[in-house]
Amino acid sequence: MALPEVKQTATEARLATLTMPDAGCTRAAREDALARVLEMGLPGRRDEYWKYTRPDTLISPEAPRAALFNSDEPLLFGNLDRLKIVFIDGVFSAEDSDDLELEGVSIDRIEDICCKDIHWAKELYGVLEARGQSPVQRPLAALNTAFAADGVAIHVTGKPSKPISLIYRHASETSDAMLHHIIRVESGAEVTILENGPAASRFNKCMEIDIADGGILHHVRAQGRDHERRAATHMFTRLGQESVYKSFTLTVNGILTRNEQVVELTGDDAVAHVAGACVGDGDFHHDDTVFVTHDAVNCESRQVFKKVLRNGATGVFQGKILVKEGAQKTDGYQISQSLLLDDDSQFLAKPELEIYADDVACSHGSTSGAIDETALFYLRSRGVPVKDATNMLTLAFLAEAVDEIEDAALAEAIVNRLEGWLSRHI
Amino acid sequence: MLEIKNLHVKLEEEEKQILKGVDLTVEAGKVHAIMGPNGSGKSTLSYVLSGRDGYEVTEGSATLEGADLLEMEPEERAAAGIFLAFQYPVEIPGVGNMTFLRTAVNAQRKARGEEELSAADFLKEVRAKAKSLKIDADMLKRPVNVGFSGGEKKRNEILQMAMLEPKMCILDETDSGLDVDAMKLVAEGVNALRDEGRGFLVITHYQRLLDHIKPDVVHIMADGRIVKTGGPDLALEVENNGYADILAEVN
Ligand SMILES: Nc1ncnc2c1ncn2[C@@H]1O[C@H](COP(=O)(O)OP(=O)(O)OP(=O)(O)O)[C@@H](O)[C@H]1O
Ligand SMILES: [Mg+2]
Repeated sequence: MALPEVKQTATEARLATLTMPDAGCTRAAREDALARVLEMGLPGRRDEYWKYTRPDTLISPEAPRAALFNSDEPLLFGNLDRLKIVFIDGVFSAEDSDDLELEGVSIDRIEDICCKDIHWAKELYGVLEARGQSPVQRPLAALNTAFAADGVAIHVTGKPSKPISLIYRHASETSDAMLHHIIRVESGAEVTILENGPAASRFNKCMEIDIADGGILHHVRAQGRDHERRAATHMFTRLGQESVYKSFTLTVNGILTRNEQVVELTGDDAVAHVAGACVGDGDFHHDDTVFVTHDAVNCESRQVFKKVLRNGATGVFQGKILVKEGAQKTDGYQISQSLLLDDDSQFLAKPELEIYADDVACSHGSTSGAIDETALFYLRSRGVPVKDATNMLTLAFLAEAVDEIEDAALAEAIVNRLEGWLSRHI
Repeated sequence: MLEIKNLHVKLEEEEKQILKGVDLTVEAGKVHAIMGPNGSGKSTLSYVLSGRDGYEVTEGSATLEGADLLEMEPEERAAAGIFLAFQYPVEIPGVGNMTFLRTAVNAQRKARGEEELSAADFLKEVRAKAKSLKIDADMLKRPVNVGFSGGEKKRNEILQMAMLEPKMCILDETDSGLDVDAMKLVAEGVNALRDEGRGFLVITHYQRLLDHIKPDVVHIMADGRIVKTGGPDLALEVENNGYADILAEVN
């Protein structure tokens, strides 16, 4: 079926600025992805899935400028022992990165997986993204598969002693970056993946995660604080039997962010938690779009998303739990809440449940509200100044999401970032 | 210590006058009790003194050691020495009781230009005081008042009071919802704080609390005014005969 003309034109204009990397064995996957893009077209304002977020600046031929954010706060995760992999405006920097050697894991750049003949990687690149195109289309992810110029393939075979930390630096005000990472966690292996930094003026990131039976992956991400940066990210995660996936994202500032999480529980007794906390002041639009599919027995999924908004900031949550036929004993939970610090900000939520099994427990809830005045007075009546009391209540509001981070040091780093934002903005 | 003169208060949002000329002075070292029928304005008085929003003072004054309370923010009043044990203590999910207490203690110290309490000293003090109120370690760790029973909430108010050592303690029906033993604990907590430099205003419906916390003065409040003031015997009279006689006599 032919695309509407506007969509066709916009898609062609964007594609005209991109060149497919000459990437050997991922070439076929990239060609397939490009075919998907051509068939779907890039997201448009009329698309139902983009009802609350305007995709215009995410698909425009050029990335809008974004000033760099300078801060004298200590580096995030700065005092943690971790293996650093640095990308500057979407380009791997060997100079700034650690040696990619660590016991229990092998790490390669996507461009090297062919010459090194890394089988698992060839079988994963573009595969989960392609699976994730139905029942809802995600053209920006297909675009990424086709054109991402860099990224890493992480193969976890043991329990590496420290987290793998992907650091995304933003250096040029006009940078337009695309990264594609693939991660395979083998049976019984366990890893923590960290991501932080603004990455670029416009960032399109796709991550495909395949967790084998009994594998565990923790993911903690903090998206950079540059006020004018834009990001569209996708994480496609497939879980095997008794595997665990726990993901937390902190978003502080950013003019436009769309984070999609597509999670598929395919093995019995698997557990997937996706959580996010975002704080925005003024020109801030943050969209969490989550799709969790239960396709096995006795799995647990949790979605916990909290947004603090002020001065006209907008928060969006589109979250779905799909329980397929036969996915009995599913335990699905979803909560999305916003704390509106004034009357100008807004929260748009579309929680959905679709259930085809009869023995399941699924709950979802979405709320939007202001600071609890009674609690605020109670704190102040004990001598806590109004600003500190507001901060305490704001952090308390975010706590349920932050509590999803299991590691205490990582949680503390995230809370510090939140406190930094609160001290600057409230 | 606390001086309230001709205090008139209405609701901010409505034309409803609640306090209609309250006159009351609590001297340092004294315990004053206020009794009075439901809806007479006792809690309103306590809220206005501690600075809650939603009320408008249309006439009169309230001072603490000469300083104008009505001009101050709630946290300034707290630092100046006002403490209100709430009739309905507030639940605050996500804020740990211990964190809350320490933040409050140190915020007040800071406001008064005193040094903050070290984590170790604070812990020692809070543990000792919690123990005497039979508040267990688990309650200290939990979010403020969340899932506490009615009596536990009231004891938690007294713990806060003991930690903050305010000059002027206002207790709004701290006895309601307490069992006999808890009432004794609370009374002991209050009595332990009684000294020459501190004033108390105890709002209650029952003589029973006053058996344990012996008041120096008892006031009866009705329809937004103090209508009668007397000694401890006045509380007994209310206990035995209710308010009908007193109100008839006043009118
Ligand atoms: N925010 C408010 N909105 C409407 N009415 C109010 C408000 N605050 C107080 N009132 C009214 O003012 C009057 C006094 O209330 P207050 O709570 O001070 O009484 P009280 O003496 O403490 O009563 P009780 O013994 O039942 O605790 C009541 O009629 C109450 O309904
Ligand atoms: Mg009352």
